[in-house]
Amino acid sequence: MAASAPFCATCGAVQPPGQADHFARLGLEATFTVEQRDLDRVYFDLQRQLHPDRFATRSPREKSLSQQQATALNEAYETLREPLSRADYLVHLKGMGVLPEGCNLVNDQMLLMESMELREALAEAEAPMDVDAITTRANDDIKDCIAQLATLFADDDIEGACRLTTRLKYLKKLAEECRARKIKLGL
Amino acid sequence: MALLQIHEPGDTPTPHEGDQALAVGIDLGTTNSVVAISSGGKPEVLRDDDGKALVPSIVAYAPDGSPVVGGLARMLMLDRPDSVVGSIKRLMGRGIEDIKGLGGTLPFDIEPAVEGQTGMVRLNVAGHKLSPVEISADILKALKERAEDHLGHLVDKAVITVPAYFDDAARLATKDAARLANLDVLRLVNEPTAAALAYGLDKAVEGIYAVYDLGGGTFDISILRMEKGVFQVLATGGDAALGGDDFDHAIAEYFLADRAARLGEKELTSAEVKVALMTASLAKECLSSASDGEWVLDVDGQQTGHKLDRETFDGLIGDLVERTQDICRAVMADAGVTAADIKGVVLVGGSTRVPLVRAKVADVFMQQPLADIDPDEVVAVGAALQAEALTVGSDTLLLDVTPLSLGIETMGGLIEKIITRNTPIPVAKAQEFTTYQDGQTAMVIHAVQGEREMVDQNRSLARFTLRGIPPMTAGAARIRVTYTVDADGLLTVAATEETTGIEAEVAVKPSYGMTEEEMADMLYDSMKHAKEDMAVRLLAEARVEAGRNINAVRAALAVDGELLTPPERTDIDDVIARLEAVLGGDDREAINDAAEEMEQLTKSFAEKRMDRGIRSALRGVELEALEDGVSNG
Repeated sequence: MAASAPFCATCGAVQPPGQADHFARLGLEATFTVEQRDLDRVYFDLQRQLHPDRFATRSPREKSLSQQQATALNEAYETLREPLSRADYLVHLKGMGVLPEGCNLVNDQMLLMESMELREALAEAEAPMDVDAITTRANDDIKDCIAQLATLFADDDIEGACRLTTRLKYLKKLAEECRARKIKLGL
Repeated sequence: MALLQIHEPGDTPTPHEGDQALAVGIDLGTTNSVVAISSGGKPEVLRDDDGKALVPSIVAYAPDGSPVVGGLARMLMLDRPDSVVGSIKRLMGRGIEDIKGLGGTLPFDIEPAVEGQTGMVRLNVAGHKLSPVEISADILKALKERAEDHLGHLVDKAVITVPAYFDDAARLATKDAARLANLDVLRLVNEPTAAALAYGLDKAVEGIYAVYDLGGGTFDISILRMEKGVFQVLATGGDAALGGDDFDHAIAEYFLADRAARLGEKELTSAEVKVALMTASLAKECLSSASDGEWVLDVDGQQTGHKLDRETFDGLIGDLVERTQDICRAVMADAGVTAADIKGVVLVGGSTRVPLVRAKVADVFMQQPLADIDPDEVVAVGAALQAEALTVGSDTLLLDVTPLSLGIETMGGLIEKIITRNTPIPVAKAQEFTTYQDGQTAMVIHAVQGEREMVDQNRSLARFTLRGIPPMTAGAARIRVTYTVDADGLLTVAATEETTGIEAEVAVKPSYGMTEEEMADMLYDSMKHAKEDMAVRLLAEARVEAGRNINAVRAALAVDGELLTPPERTDIDDVIARLEAVLGGDDREAINDAAEEMEQLTKSFAEKRMDRGIRSALRGVELEALEDGVSNG
């Protein structure tokens, strides 16, 4: 879905944001491989024009429209910035027909076993070294996962991408728990 | 009106005509305030005849109620402490309940609560009952006058800075104060963001920077990415009740303990507390350069001398400074950066002059902080630059975030976070909720701010009721709650019942109810109490679940109760009673056990109901139609 122009072509007044997917809103192609630099550039360019700071002395209506525009941009940017939310969103976008329930279904026994083992190991870890080892493993796995996701999306394997996105969710959670564990151990 | 005016070159009758639209930048601080203007990209801090930019945020009130602001008021503090008030920013957006715990130690004469009336605190100053909003407005008026004297015309627009960690109530109170001072607030800008803007533009820096802002009463730490005129806040955190004032308190307590050891214990009046705090503040400032000294405490007609050296001082404030370190680490993690990624640390706020603070900042960020700006003036300069950007236009872009998560109370006193902290603003997020009981026609929407799991550990922002929900079975209504945070960081909440379109919306007005200390400890505690919270959360969930099941069983008994034999019925009634008995307690195991028992005892009842349900569904359906359905299925 293409984004409608943020400004009126005739009078130049700011318009309501309208319906558009997050990629279209930022003028990006709907792919998993999004360069952070490109994303930042388009986001900053659009915010420069549409942010409420540009409309501080304008009419209440224009102020409100600019707030809606900036809100839509922030939502798009926030969704596409992190690989996990980007993957989740892309599966939702491309897999509407195939996977109505999204990537929240856990039926991967291997994944369940693995994550249970790692969680147990983390709960028992007392030394900084032990927590670090699990953290490193989680971070390495996250990297692998993201690299594989790029391939799967490029091949249009939405179901495969969905499985990996679920795995990525677990890994992210594990990495967060590692951080919490470290704080708790006072490291 | 003359359509055309001709003047000799250099002889314009109104030299500041081009400045008519000029908006000022105001740093409304706990201890000092500063006003600045910017024109043509050149900011200027406005000074008095002695060249002083800092206006002490202290107001003295004459018997007729007229205010005196600044240095003169500060001098009156020692002579007429009852008529003078300072550090009022600490009470912005606070209710009486918020500060009860601190009443005796604060240098404020707080009016007792009026029965049945909640709302903002009122102080007794020189016999006048004044709210923090009114007192702040008097400070803003003085700053406005300074700007008007300087510019030679009226000023009615301003950008005002607030601590990044200020909650919704305190932000609103600041806006209210500006309105009282006849200032139109173009934008509330977070103090560290304003400082970054001033610093970044001045030094033309790029990369990831940390702004460590320790003022008189508030602490903020923001991590920003600066790049080609874009100032993007990655994460922010802080403590809205931690600052140089607390250092003063620590020293004053030390002096007073020393004095009590010699003269015996004596309860101090709030006026005497003010005197002790001023003496302590002097000692603190001296110890930023000197290694030791002696100060005289002149209260209650008796003077006592007290020695203090740097090492002892460091010991007194060590915990407070370490607390800022903990917050810095948490915010770095939130921003997804490590100390090595941070190119520079900008110090803001007068309290960063304390040597221990600088040492601890260097320690946590593993680099010497930058000291090439005036920590007292940089925030006002940033505010002035932003004021110009908003009125005249600019290429710079400030992208800020929410400092605290915004959530909604759900069953059992739990919080469902709707907008998480460090989300870029403006933002709008919606979530769907449903009814808990059959036939429920109204729903209370309670908006809270904070990081903890339970409602009573966070700050309550607003409570309102969505009425007119059509009676439906529990769980059938679809209530969509939308939280909107604008560029000033202010929240609006709207609720709509989707099937009928019934709506309710509120701009959040503070519903006070939290103590100062609780507010201060929120984020800090959420890190420490994550585990505890989890246990409380599990208990609350068990209660809600059990309550819901009791409702379901009762509803089923009302409809199909005759399916049960009398002994079966007695068993079920008994188990409901047992479950209800343990529901109010704190024993999660007991609740779960009783709930499990209820489930076992109602199993055959559920099966009987299901049989009856199928039979009644089939009754009247012709065999042919049934076969049709089967073959097509």
